[in-house]
Amino acid sequence: MNLTAVSAIYKFEMARTFRTIMQSVISPVISTSLYFVVFGAAIGSRIQEVDGVSYGAFIVPGLIMLSLLQQSLTNAAFGIYFPKFTGTIYELLSAPISPFEIVLGYVGAAATKSIALGLIILLTASLFVDLRIEHPVWMVLFLVLTAVTFAMFGFIIGIWADGFEKLQIVPLLIVTPLAFLGGSFYSIKMLPEFWQDVSLVNPVVYLISGFRWAFYGSSDVSIGVSLGMTLVFLAATLAAVTYIFKTGWRLKS
Amino acid sequence: MPSPDHASPILTVAGVSKTYEGGFQALKTIDLKIARGEIFALLGPNGAGKTTLISIICGIVNRSSGTVTVDGRDIDKDYRVVRSMIGLVPQELTTDAFESVFDTVSFSRGLFGKKKDPAHIEKVLRDLSLWDKRDNKIMTLSGGMKRRVMIAKALSHEPQLLFLDEPTAGVDVALRRDMWEVVRKLSEAGVTIILTTHYIEEAEMMADRIGVISRGQLILVEDKTELMRKLGHKELTLHLMEPLAALPEGFSDYDLSLSDDGAMLTYSYDTKAERTGIASLIRRLAEDGIRFRDLSTKQSTLEEIFVNLVEDRS
Repeated sequence: MNLTAVSAIYKFEMARTFRTIMQSVISPVISTSLYFVVFGAAIGSRIQEVDGVSYGAFIVPGLIMLSLLQQSLTNAAFGIYFPKFTGTIYELLSAPISPFEIVLGYVGAAATKSIALGLIILLTASLFVDLRIEHPVWMVLFLVLTAVTFAMFGFIIGIWADGFEKLQIVPLLIVTPLAFLGGSFYSIKMLPEFWQDVSLVNPVVYLISGFRWAFYGSSDVSIGVSLGMTLVFLAATLAAVTYIFKTGWRLKS
Repeated sequence: MPSPDHASPILTVAGVSKTYEGGFQALKTIDLKIARGEIFALLGPNGAGKTTLISIICGIVNRSSGTVTVDGRDIDKDYRVVRSMIGLVPQELTTDAFESVFDTVSFSRGLFGKKKDPAHIEKVLRDLSLWDKRDNKIMTLSGGMKRRVMIAKALSHEPQLLFLDEPTAGVDVALRRDMWEVVRKLSEAGVTIILTTHYIEEAEMMADRIGVISRGQLILVEDKTELMRKLGHKELTLHLMEPLAALPEGFSDYDLSLSDDGAMLTYSYDTKAERTGIASLIRRLAEDGIRFRDLSTKQSTLEEIFVNLVEDRS
């Protein structure tokens, strides 16, 4: 295993984060704080408790998940797309490094960034609401699994995209709506039965539900199903990445 | 400079072809062996297949058929060993933008699995006159400097086989000469160099052997000196004492031409012929009373040879 190369990619990507600290960290923290002000303090004070949890505290796992999904995806997508855009991808393709190691470097860095961001948002949230985490190990497990899965998804998008527009389409038009409709700000049990069934098609429901269970011990779907579905998504992204490197799709002519 | 070792080639390309998805056949069947330590120049017009061939060897483009071995190792099965031996400077100016020169060159070394070695990076940067720019962001550099950065990146992991795809395209004369000096030093250090270029002068000056590729086919591979000898024509130009109105009669055995003003008579002859015919021509001219006050000879350049070869094929 070419660990030196993995480390080189990882450090290169992390250095990019520190160069763009405003965009990478401060901006999501500010926007999350605004969510707390609007939904937690202003509107949340007029909403009853959900599953025995104040509304302000209830939305914390959903908000962390929302940022985690967006940041994992965009960081990994941009990380691999930028070398394609500038042409420096030639170096990656001609280096003595396996596809697995390339993914490890890019996805590892993107996941690290989004996990760090998730923890920062958690700390920020604790300034606004009283938080409890009933299952901290499961919380970390869901955090890591989701970050890795969506970083993999982002990596695939970065390889697929042949322009900045495509790079933005999936996070803006697919992931954000799925996150909003996946129970970030409400329990899907609040929906009419028909829409509850429709919501189960949304993969983000399982991620948010599992993550919220780790906090408050209550969830929309069982923890086993949430974990199982998360692992299924991870396996699907792994399969797609394996296919990409096996065939050289969008990488090699 | 160590002489190339033709007995054990560092690179063997056997039956390699490439047809792109759209059906365009970029390479027909290519067979090529590169000796350890030599400088090989690959010449060819735009779209001839030079970059495709290099990209296949470096693992950037998938080949349609054939095998490639570097130092006896298959480029697919032993890709880790093979790729760590190869350095590539691509044709396009493709660099990062926001990283510093030192960081981007160090990154390349890490990517190729080599442990950090700031002393080596410093040497590479100094050799390429980049040391003063080591902390500069790449986006602030001129095109020529960026080209040097790309060479530095390719040299960061100490390759044994270096591909330079149009390394001096778009750089000024002084920079070009600096780069030739770098290539010479690398060659002296035992690095095998394969370069593609549009500057025939570059190939003429640098290369031990020359390959000419046209329409995806390697139409010629020859020792440079031998190529010049085989295909080179010389011209003998006689500056006449008195201008001629027309070519003299009875000289049809000689390939003669007369300048428009009739003051210069030019004889083209084959350098590889057993007899050049110069002595007999001068004697016969003297017999006919055609006198000259000066004479000069001119050897075909590699450029003329190259143009003739490619035109013959098209």
